Order: sequence, then structure tokens, then C-alpha cells
Amino acid sequence: MTEQTTQKPQADKPASAPKKDTTALVRATLARRYAAEKRFRIYGIVAIAASLSFLAVLLVSIFIKGWPAFTHTFVKLNVTLDADTLDIGPNPSSAELRAANFASVIKKSMREKFPDVKKRKEKKALYSLISTGGEYQLHDMIKADPSLVGKTIDVWLPADDELAAVIKSGADLSKPENIVTRMNEQQLGFAKILKEAGDTKTGFNKTFFTAGDSREPEQAGIRAALVGSALTLLVTFLLSFPIAVAAAIYLEEFAPQNRWTDLVEVNINNLAAVPSIVFGLLGLAVFINYFHLPRSAPIVGGIVLSLMTLPTIIIASRAALKAVPPSIREAGRGLGASDQQVVWHHVLPLAMPGILTGTIIGLAQALGETAPLLMIGMVAFIVDIPGGFTDAATVLPVQVFLWADSPERGFVEKTSAAIMVLLAFLILMNAVAVLLRKKFERRW
Amino acid sequence: MNDSHQDVFDNIKGTVGDVTVDNPKMRLSNVDVFYGEKQAIFDVSLDIANNEVIAMIGPSGCGKSTFLRCLNRMNDTIPTCKVTGEMSLDGEDLYGPNLDTVLLRARVGMVFQKPNPFAKSIYDNVAYGPRIHGLASNRAELDEIVVGSLQKAGLYDEVKDRLDAPGTSLSGGQQQRLCIARTIAVSPEVILMDEPCSALDPIATAKIEELIDELRQNYAIAIVTHSMQQAARVSQRTAYFHLGKLVEVGSTNHIFTNPSHELTENYITGRFG
Repeated sequence: MTEQTTQKPQADKPASAPKKDTTALVRATLARRYAAEKRFRIYGIVAIAASLSFLAVLLVSIFIKGWPAFTHTFVKLNVTLDADTLDIGPNPSSAELRAANFASVIKKSMREKFPDVKKRKEKKALYSLISTGGEYQLHDMIKADPSLVGKTIDVWLPADDELAAVIKSGADLSKPENIVTRMNEQQLGFAKILKEAGDTKTGFNKTFFTAGDSREPEQAGIRAALVGSALTLLVTFLLSFPIAVAAAIYLEEFAPQNRWTDLVEVNINNLAAVPSIVFGLLGLAVFINYFHLPRSAPIVGGIVLSLMTLPTIIIASRAALKAVPPSIREAGRGLGASDQQVVWHHVLPLAMPGILTGTIIGLAQALGETAPLLMIGMVAFIVDIPGGFTDAATVLPVQVFLWADSPERGFVEKTSAAIMVLLAFLILMNAVAVLLRKKFERRW
Repeated sequence: MNDSHQDVFDNIKGTVGDVTVDNPKMRLSNVDVFYGEKQAIFDVSLDIANNEVIAMIGPSGCGKSTFLRCLNRMNDTIPTCKVTGEMSLDGEDLYGPNLDTVLLRARVGMVFQKPNPFAKSIYDNVAYGPRIHGLASNRAELDEIVVGSLQKAGLYDEVKDRLDAPGTSLSGGQQQRLCIARTIAVSPEVILMDEPCSALDPIATAKIEELIDELRQNYAIAIVTHSMQQAARVSQRTAYFHLGKLVEVGSTNHIFTNPSHELTENYITGRFG
């Protein structure tokens, strides 16, 4: 195409004026122009490749580290649930059952499994192979079926995190010198015997999704933080979305253009750049110290995060409203629609995809936010799953922070697994937003 | 405004021809329009008659669109715009307490330069006006209004099988006819058209012009156009604007065959514009 136009014969031009030869001049610059274009394209590809590879490294390392947290090792024990060892009477009350000595039942069965172990120190090493979670498991079993008392049954009890780590890593237990673990040689010996007898198995770690935080890595779960995040985000969404959209509509469609609205606009833009911890301090001073809302609660977390999210959604919504062609507003007004009807019937539906995009960006920011929540006490060690907006709770990124800070080796994989859950939450949220956006876009 | 413009501007003294008609639908006298400091319309008086198409012509920036938008107070939405003068619809003051803009725009409909259907189905586009004004008490009545309006706009046969399709899926000419149907659906008394064919091809333009001629039986129509042929074809009266002043008004026949003002003649004969 270019070739054809540049090679047009110019013979019929009058030769009188010494004209510049446009064709030659353009051709001389062509190579330079195309080279610049090619260079720019290469920069772009390099930039994208670099960011993609960083992302890949990040995701792969998180995945590799976090994957083992979704499985756990269990040890098969033959336990005798007799009432004497458990120290319970016939038809025990639930309080009595809770106080029952499940530990001694487990210890007894382990002594039976390793009859050679006599010394006190050796016994202690042996007992520590089973997680204290095993006691809760036996308690739950008897509570569900009291007729088990007095019977001898085979149960799979969760292993201690050190034992689980060694078994899950698939290390060769006959060469204990190669294994990096806090277990001693004797414990590794027990592990070898258990494994060779087929008394260990690795399965799905249900506890991770059903439990709250714990000092013991094998009993720690993500549930409390997940529920806390969901509750907090719900509060954030319910507060920030309507307020931000209303503010954007007013500023964009109704507000007169004067110094006050200019001032408001400048301040909204500035608020979007305020460090989030400042909002945390504000929340602490106003909502907790002045209004006496509960500490560590999703309601306060949600309010603080909506303060932080509001400017983001307002700015995005205003941009979306501004992008709606003025001809649509004129069409509505020309038919006699009031300003309000024009906004609700025509402008808002067309701006909705953009507003939703802004909202999801704001909520994603809020989901990943830690700093302001530290200020209002959502950094607490939460064992119970929060049941409402005023219960003490923590959120996913804070849970990641807490686990990353814990010394036990088992928390390394938990940390990565929690990040994976956080990312999954984020992807789910985005997916919902994309679906909603599609739905609105289908209305042309 | 440079010197030669200033001279031309100063030389336009009043309007040639009779600006009034007997029994006017709308009467505008001594209208001035300002955009901030800048004055866009200078002391224009004009009557809009029933069952007649009045064409407003003139070079770009002469204020004909601005003047048209005074007729249904569309200029209200521009914050810096100020309109003075006397304007009335059936003797009722446009800025009077009884004539709210919503009511006024229901009585004085408008078709815009670029087809601007709503992001809704063809049916909903036409039904929108009747719905917000409560013109139909049930679904059957609404159907009747929609079908009737589409028929009057000459679009019904082309879209009767796909009333649920988006209005934006139609071609440009069809979209403009949809916008006309949408305006008719509110049963206005006056229809304003701001260069309704400037974005359309000749065949679509011919259809719209035919439609305008039919609509004249029931409505008062004011049309702004850049095409002199179009003005000659569709209008009964023509008003020539220049630099914000109304230079000449008269029957279309008279304006195009024997203009009285020199500026009109220059424009009609294509010496500028």
C-alpha cells in the first residue's frame, strides 16, 4: 500500500519550480521510523516477559511451599477406650467427657506398640510423635458415639508437625543423617518403624479449612481468618459502594462547578494517596476510643477499610460517569426526563461496568490491607471462628503476617498456603465482578 | 471577530421580512443568548407556526442551533448560558411558573444531529417517554403507542420482528428514525430537529425528509440544516441566520428564488458558508 502511493509517477508535474522530492525524503526517513517502532515493540515485549516471569516465580514458589499444608500425615494406633483409663463414669456428661484423660489412652496404646521403650526420656520422645489434636479427635468420636467406650478400635490420629514434615517430604528414613529436622535420632527410628509397618498415611488436611489459629502448626487452620476477611469485606462493600457511587453521581452530574466542588475534588484525590495506617489511627481514635465499638471486630475493620476504599471507588466511578456520551443525557432530557431520571435510567446503567471495575480494585486493595487493621486490634490470635460483625476476628493478610512470624517450621508451609487461599479469594471476587460486568454490558 | 466580520455584523440592521405569523404556535421576541461573556444570539424574534416546517439555515457558528435549543430550554443544562427575551408556547411564557422544563420538553420534542438511541431495546426506546410521563395505563396501550409511533416514523415494517433487539444495532438512518419515533411517542406539539440528516447517507436522508413532510400535518416543526437543498425541499418558511443575528425570514420559495438581503443571496448562491 505504502509502496504504491510513494512510487506514483510525477512526470506530469510542471518542472518549473525546483520542488523537493517528497518521495525520496520520506523514503530516507522510513527505515529510521520503522526501526523506532520495532525498538518500542521490543521494549514492550521485554517488559511483559519480565513481569510475567517474576509473577511465575512468585506463584510457583508459593505453590511449592504451600502445597504440603493441604495434606497431613496420620498415624494408625490401636486404642482401647476403657472408662478407667479415661477416668470417666458410665454415661458421662459433656463436661466430664471434656475433662477425660484421652492423653493417657493414646500414650498407653503407643507403649503397647513399642514395648521396648522403658526409659522416661524415651517415652517422652515417643509420645511427642502424636499431635494433641489426637485427643480432640478421640473426644469428638466418643461424643458422637458413646457406645465406643470400653471398645478397642483402630484410629488414624494426626501426627505431630515434625513427624508429618519428614513423612510428607518422602525422605529416606534409613539415612537419618540426611534429614533436616528437629526430631532426634530415636524419634526418627520410631518413624521408620511406623512407616515400614504401614501405620502412617498422608491425606487431605481437613483441619486447615475447619480450624482457627493455633500454637501447634498441625492444628492451625485458615477458617477464622477467611470468615473474618469475608465479614470485613462485606462491611466495606456495603458502606463504600453506595456512598461512593452517590458521591460520584452528585459530583459528576449535579454539583455546580465552583470553588467548593474543586476543593472537594482535590481532597478526594489526596485521600486516595494517604498511607493506610493513618486510616487505622483514625479508626482507633474515633470508632474505638470515642464511639466505643468493639476492638478487633470486623465492623470496625470494615469501616476503616471503607474510608480507605471510598476515594478509589469515587474516582473510578466519576471517570466511568464522565465517559458516558453527553448525547445520551441530551436524548433523555429532550424527551422530558428529569435530571434524576436521566441518571438512573440511562447514565448509571452505562457507567456500571466501569464503576464495578473501580469497586473491585478498591475491595481487592482492602482485602490485602494489613496496616490499618493492626491499629484497631485485628492482629489478635483468633482461635474461634467469628460468628458475627462484632466478634473478635482477624483477616487473611494479618494471618499470613502472624504465621510468617512464628518460629515453628510447620508454619512455613501454612504461610504459603494462607497466601494461596488469599489469592483464591481474590480470584473468586474478580470472577464475580467480571460476571456482573458482563451482565450489565449485555444491556448495551 | 476581525474587522471585515465586524463590518458585516454592524451592517445587519434588524430582520428583513415578516417574523410573525397569524396564530403562532410559539412566539419568540427579542431573544438574546450569552455564553458567559460572549453573546451568541442578538435580539432575534421569530414565530413558529402550526402545521408548517420552518428551516433555519446559515453558516457554521451563526447561532441557529443555539436558537433552536432555546425553544425547549435545552440551554438550561449549560451552566454559563444565559437566555433573555420573551418566549411563549401557545401564549404561555416558557420561563413562567406553570411551564416546568419537564413539561415543556414533553410538549416540545427534539431530534438531535447524531442519532442517539438509548442503550435499550427498540421497544423500550420508544416506550421510554410514555412510561416516564405515564401516558399509557396498561401494556396494550403502550404497545399501541409504540407500534403507532414506529409506523409514523416509517420504521415499523423494518423492525417489527425484532423489537427486542438493541436500538444501537440498527443502521444510522434507522437509528435516526427510531429517535424520531421516540419523540413522536410522547405526542409533542412541536418537534425541533437539529441537523437530523447530517450523519446520514442520501437514501436515509430522503426517507427522513419524506417523514418530515408527513409529520407536518400534525406538528409544528423547526429544523436546523446545513443543506440548502434540504431546506428548500422540506420547509415552507426559511430563516437565515448570520453571526448570531436573524438576517431574513420569508417563505422558502421567496428566500431561494428572490432573497431580499445581500447576505442571504450570497449564502444561497454559495459565495460563502
